[in-house]
Amino acid sequence: MFDCVLPRYKVLRDAQSCVGCDICITSCSNGVHRRDKTTEQLVADPKRCVNCQRCVVMCPTTAIAITRWPQVDSGSSQWTLEVMQDIAKQSQTGGVLLSSMGNPEPYPIYWDHLLLNASQVTNPSIDPLREPMETRVFLGSRPEILKVNERAHRVIEQLPPQLALDVPIMFSAMSFGSISLNAQKALALAARELGTFFNTGEGGMHRDLEPFANHAFVQVASGRFGVDAHYLNTAAAIEIKIGQGAKPGIGGHLPGEKVNSEVSRTRMIPEGTDALSPAPHHDIYSIEDLRQLVFSVKEATGYRKPVAVKIAAVHNAAAIASGMARTGADIIVVDGFRGGTGAAPKRIRDNVGIPIELALAAIDQRLRDEGIRSTVSLVAGGSIRNAADVVRAIALGADACTIASAALIAIGCHQCRDCGSGRCNWGIATQNPELEQRLDPEEAAERIVNLVHAWTREVQEMMGGMGINAIDSLRGNRLMLRGVGLNEKELDILGIQHAGE
Amino acid sequence: MSIPTRTEIELGRSHFKDANARVRTALETADEVVLSDVNAQRYLGCALPASKRLSIYGTPGNDLGCYMDGGTVEVFGDGQDQVGNTMNNGTITIHGRCGDATGYALRGGTILVRDNCGWRAGINMKQYEDRCPAIVIGGNAGAFLGEYMAGGVIVLAGCAGDYVGSGMHGGIIYVRQPLEEERIMNGLIQEAVDTKDEPLLNELLTAYDSAFANEAPPLSLSDTPWYRLRPATARPYSSMYAH
Repeated sequence: MFDCVLPRYKVLRDAQSCVGCDICITSCSNGVHRRDKTTEQLVADPKRCVNCQRCVVMCPTTAIAITRWPQVDSGSSQWTLEVMQDIAKQSQTGGVLLSSMGNPEPYPIYWDHLLLNASQVTNPSIDPLREPMETRVFLGSRPEILKVNERAHRVIEQLPPQLALDVPIMFSAMSFGSISLNAQKALALAARELGTFFNTGEGGMHRDLEPFANHAFVQVASGRFGVDAHYLNTAAAIEIKIGQGAKPGIGGHLPGEKVNSEVSRTRMIPEGTDALSPAPHHDIYSIEDLRQLVFSVKEATGYRKPVAVKIAAVHNAAAIASGMARTGADIIVVDGFRGGTGAAPKRIRDNVGIPIELALAAIDQRLRDEGIRSTVSLVAGGSIRNAADVVRAIALGADACTIASAALIAIGCHQCRDCGSGRCNWGIATQNPELEQRLDPEEAAERIVNLVHAWTREVQEMMGGMGINAIDSLRGNRLMLRGVGLNEKELDILGIQHAGE
Repeated sequence: MSIPTRTEIELGRSHFKDANARVRTALETADEVVLSDVNAQRYLGCALPASKRLSIYGTPGNDLGCYMDGGTVEVFGDGQDQVGNTMNNGTITIHGRCGDATGYALRGGTILVRDNCGWRAGINMKQYEDRCPAIVIGGNAGAFLGEYMAGGVIVLAGCAGDYVGSGMHGGIIYVRQPLEEERIMNGLIQEAVDTKDEPLLNELLTAYDSAFANEAPPLSLSDTPWYRLRPATARPYSSMYAH
């Protein structure tokens, strides 16, 4: 069968700059660069290139650049090159197309249509460099009435368990197996340094991460990998994963080649077998059943830990969240359709789910309308790119945001979206020991800490500009947002006015 | 050697939260807790540690023995859904029948069910290192027995429902009544047991017989041959994808 799949990228090598050091060869786990056997010249196999840009960054003379494959498409806006290439791949293999990271398709990015307010003349702005600015948030269920002993200045009733975050940013779930242990260590180190939380994902908790357990969410997903009483009790909080923004409605397949002895021990499954997460939890077919699992976790942890439930942003997210808030869950986590993944069927990733901005606004509004917003904390993730997105998300109603793609980009990820291959040249999405050791957890943690510190300063600047000195005053404060280029319906769902109104 | 201590608690219509709090408190000092008049209280035996024993008279609720870490739970009555959910170790014995998803994600220990069980028993069962969980069902099983099974052993003495071992990629299901050819799922192999199977199979059959002596016909004395269902590969979906 002849092969119609074209290269996606072309490797440009500047012959004048190249010193022939062969670092590009050793950099590339995909085997793009090699020396031609007869001419001994450095050559590249463009078909193998995924545009991870490791060779570009590592080349000491900046002699390499990657460009798009120059082939023009058919000229049809219907049958674009990518559409036709997908057909070529599937007609040659019969396979379901797999891809990774978040939905790259050009759907509207609502963040970019939301403008922030600032104080002028009235209500003076605040300078965060010189005045206190509170970025700490607490996640957990709040009681309807807080009974206080006025004389002793003490809260009488015991509060449900709360998590304190020094910054309104956490790291989303990324499992050991989908990412390397060094990448997880970097997130754990950063979470501890920042006073926030990382999330083990559904792959269990590696023993090396246990010292960071008080900064960890552990996940209970449908495969129940690595879930036992010790796992639940060692963590700061437990997250029941119902869905993920990148692949709503489907389970997970960690391919057997990634299940080495360490992954096997941590997930508590046989080595070398596919780790299959069923699409649903087979003990959850209803909101009542979700309540059953929430309380199963609470029973196992003595009601000492907050329990979060994570869903993908889908059409009925607001109604679902309303149900979730009544299950005893302390935190609702909503993951938008641009959220990343180690691997997902491409058609699911690119076509299922809705933008987090709309889901978040709808959920917050629904919970407020029903008078139950304070019974749960709301966490939003799946496309947060910078501090302005964080501010927008909080103003739309989130208590805190989660980031994952941004944190990985901070430690080297170049969004080549080839995580599923296990050949990540940056040592992130791989279990290959040689590749993994390219990622130094300490240095990577420093990069993540720098990023979140910078964002926090920016959040403070933006809040200060609005005349707000605490995250609590920003939460759900949609007066601080105005829409541009949005229609009536979009403004209505987002609960904001148009710029100029 | 100290004498094992025993405490009795009548649960009546108490809420599961109170019921489990009382059971946990009692287990701090007693080796065995006997529960009477149990009326569907959930999570009994949740994360039960090794060397503790829970005897239950009545009907325990869903998620009996969830996250169980050892020890013994014995139910003199029927179990409901998800008996031994995400159980780590120990033994659960049901002198009756069980509901759906018995032994969901079981990774260690043994569940003995005297009679029938519902759908999806042993779903996502797994094994690792020295842990090899087992479920023995004296009666019939509902559909999707051993779905997504990644390890461990299921023994079924009665009739199997449809879609046995759908998505199975590890472990063994022993059946006394072989499946008709058209009911064997793609990717599974059914064959007569051989001498390699005998030690474990006999051990489990004997465990069933001693647990239910005088209650159910013994399984170990029957001459009826057993069959095993096993997956052809640990990677059932490896060729399903293209990049």
